[in-house]
Order: sequence, then C-alpha cells, then structure tokens
Amino acid sequence: MSRASLFVPLGLFLVIIGFGYAGFKLNDPHELPSALLNKPFPEFSAPRLADVGPDGATNAALVGREVLLGEPVLVNVWATWCPTCLAEHAELVRINREYGIRIVGLNYKDDALKAKAWLAQYGDPYALNLFDVDGAIGVELGVYGAPETFLLDAQGTIVYKRVGDVNPRIWRDELQPRLLQLEAMSAGVSP
Amino acid sequence: MKGLLGPWLVGLLSLMLSGALNGASPVQAEQFADAEMSSRYQALIAEFRCPKCLNTNLKGSDSPIAVDLRRAVARLLREGNSDQQVRDYLQARYGDFVLYNPPFKPSTYVLWLGPLVFLLIALFVVWRTVGRAKRAQVQTLDEAQLAKVLATTDARDQSPKQEPPAS
Repeated sequence: MSRASLFVPLGLFLVIIGFGYAGFKLNDPHELPSALLNKPFPEFSAPRLADVGPDGATNAALVGREVLLGEPVLVNVWATWCPTCLAEHAELVRINREYGIRIVGLNYKDDALKAKAWLAQYGDPYALNLFDVDGAIGVELGVYGAPETFLLDAQGTIVYKRVGDVNPRIWRDELQPRLLQLEAMSAGVSP
Repeated sequence: MKGLLGPWLVGLLSLMLSGALNGASPVQAEQFADAEMSSRYQALIAEFRCPKCLNTNLKGSDSPIAVDLRRAVARLLREGNSDQQVRDYLQARYGDFVLYNPPFKPSTYVLWLGPLVFLLIALFVVWRTVGRAKRAQVQTLDEAQLAKVLATTDARDQSPKQEPPAS
C-alpha cells in the first residue's frame, strides 16, 4: 500500500459530496424542460371563453393560432381550480397594466361560468381567453399542470416557457429581458 | 388459534391483492373494439412516464394529465398511427422526460456510458491487485539474501528485551 492510496477514501468522499451538491442544486425535478422551445406554437382550434354559454356550448366561430401572431404575446395557462393561478393573477394584471403586454389566457380544463366569475372578481388582464375544456390544446402544448406561461414572438414561435407562477422575479429576470430583446429585434427588422 | 386466524389472513390477503390489482389498472382505461389495438395501447401506456407523478407510468396513474395522455394515445392509435408515431408525438411535446428508455445523445452520455466507466475502473483495480499479488508470490530468496535476513532477525533477537512498563 503506497501512501497515495490512503487518499482514496477521501477522494471517494469528495466524489459523493460532489454528486450531492450537484443533485441539490438541480431545479425542482417536477420542472420539465420544454420540448417546444424555439418551435412554433402548435395549431389549434378553440372557442373563446367569452363565447361559451352556461351549457358549455358555443355558437360563435372558433379561433386558431392567428390570434397569437403580430406582436410578442404571453400565453398563460390557468384554471379556477389552481391555487397558484390565483397567486400569480395579480402579477399578470400588473404586467398588463404597467407594460401593456398582450396576454392571452388558456383556460385549462375549467368550468366556463366559474372562469368568467373569477375574471369579474379578480380582474381580467387577458386580451382574450381560449377555452380548453378537455385539455386537448394542453396536450399539444406539453402542458402538465397549471399555471404555465409561454412567451411567443410576433411570428408565434415559443421563446420561453415558465412552469409555475409568474412572479415579480420571473418578470424581471426572465420575461422582461426577453420581451425587450424581441422588441429590439422587430424594431431592427421593420424600418 | 389457527382456526381463528384463518379468515383474518384470507381477508387481509384478498385486501392486499385487490389493492395491487387496483394499482395496476387505471380507473378510466380506454376501450377498444380491436383486440390487437388494445394490446398495443396497453403496451404504449406502460412505456411512458407520467409527467406529473415522477415514478409512475401513464398506465398506473390516475392523475388528470395521465388520463389526458392516455386519451391522446388512444386517439392517435384510432387515427391509424404506428407505435413509433405515438412515441414521437409524446416526445415532441413532453420531451425525453416521458421516456423510460432515454435516447443516446450528448446530454445522456453520462447516463449511458457512466456504468461502463465504472466497470473499466473496477477492471483496472482488479488488474493492479492481481498483478501485485503475483509479484509478491514469485519473490524467491537466494543464499546471500537468506543469510542477510537471518542475520537481521538474529540481531533483533539478541537486542536487549524491553522491560514492561512499571505499573
């Protein structure tokens, strides 16, 4: 046994500590990386929440992907059964009021009447709400819970996805810089 | 005593068994008229990991998202998609996370090659240890060396014995 081999246990210990350090630094294991990042927002066809009657039926025309195009937009997946959605709602209202960002809601597996009552009670930051009664659009989007928020550029490409609430920190560190970048890019292209 | 315990044991066992069976089959399973498609469906939903519940497959979970994804798998099969097309569909939307059998690519090199690296380290250690043991075995002493060893041991024997410490 050479003297150097006395350090083998210490080395193993440091390796284990290293794994532990890396493991605990990992984000929430529930947070999936979005497979749709930098891909176009999927095609869909859905009623507007405002057009859905009390019986769940809708007479008006369905809308598609075109309602998300033209300017950067936040697509926010929410539901009245989701407590975190209520927690983030005030922040969405603030973002919409202070920065005029277009926010489209995707009312996910919810009750239309309850959803409308919620918007009346807590304020409505949404330009419009899509009504995804059975979660089919959610599956197309890789949604596995609420809330989730997607940032789309003017062409409808998914630039960023947030799983969980949009809070002031997420707005400041993740959403606002990307929005500024998108605006700068479109300003550089259009003149 | 045995006669009293019998019914209890049977009851407990059947309770455990029914629990196990409930765990194995979801409450809301999709139904197929076609037996072959039904078996493909069963195989596919057993293959995917539920995105919300970390260590359960789509088959074993009753979380709402697992129900939705089972419905999506059933729809895709009814529309005539192949098993591979269903896999691609789910992977395109939910990423590698839903695959229990992750693909071989740069971000999974450690996962796939790690065990091989550990095996190589183990083989190296075994090789070193065996080599050292062999070298120790073949060490033979000639006359001169033997005499030298004997001389040192003699010298040690003749050195004054140490007294045990006074207590």
